[in-house]
Amino acid sequence: MESIPYEHGLILAAILFVCGLVGVLTRRNIVFVLMSLEIMLNACGLAFVVASSRWQHAEGQVMFLMILTLAAAEVAVGLGLIIQMYRRFHTVDISVLNEMKG
Amino acid sequence: MIFLFYTAAIVALIATIAVIVSTNVVHALVYLIISLLSVAVIFFALGAPFAAMLEAIVYAGAIMVLFLFVMMMLNLGQATQDEEKAWMQPRLWIGPGTLVALLLAQLTSVLFTQDVAISPVEVGVLDISVLLFGPWLLAVELASMLLLAGLVAAYHLAKK
Repeated sequence: MESIPYEHGLILAAILFVCGLVGVLTRRNIVFVLMSLEIMLNACGLAFVVASSRWQHAEGQVMFLMILTLAAAEVAVGLGLIIQMYRRFHTVDISVLNEMKG
Repeated sequence: MIFLFYTAAIVALIATIAVIVSTNVVHALVYLIISLLSVAVIFFALGAPFAAMLEAIVYAGAIMVLFLFVMMMLNLGQATQDEEKAWMQPRLWIGPGTLVALLLAQLTSVLFTQDVAISPVEVGVLDISVLLFGPWLLAVELASMLLLAGLVAAYHLAKK
């Protein structure tokens, strides 16, 4: 059986991460921003698993588990914030959140 | 395994791009589920079946259902979709897109300096659990505390 080149896995992770980054930078709907953050976290996990199979070591997958936990906690808090925002402003446009005038 | 890896990689890329250019939230969510499932297939091809299962169960299952549930609560209609279409102009995404493409070019050029192949040896549940309940036990406890904090915070924030 032929084997997969190591850098192809990492390049895939990089491309997925960059897609998520473009989403975070360009979208104004907060739901899409949260989804793009999910894509970025998932790409990080992919990079860890690729490294784990490259060195035949399970620690990369342990790190993937930690990322999974982090993503779950982040989504729970983020969705709570979205619900609260929708209740106060009746929109999901992040440009209405400018009360601090930063 | 090679065929599995590359086909799943192409599906993941297409689905991810569809997520970030989509105007309908629910369509984007379904594309995101497809992307996560194909990443699970990639994990399987790389010899990480435990990570693949967790990806399918926790990411594509639990987290995406949470998203879908909130989308149903918000009930965003056609107006939001039209707004999204109006925001998606080239002058808004061309700047960040170019900068990020440069970043990606740098990353890939660094990666192509080495040449190592992954041999498809499976890293199974046993190796992971030995590490999880051995040297990484404190990290597991901290992760449970993080989940508890997330639970309390989500309850508090979504309360009326």
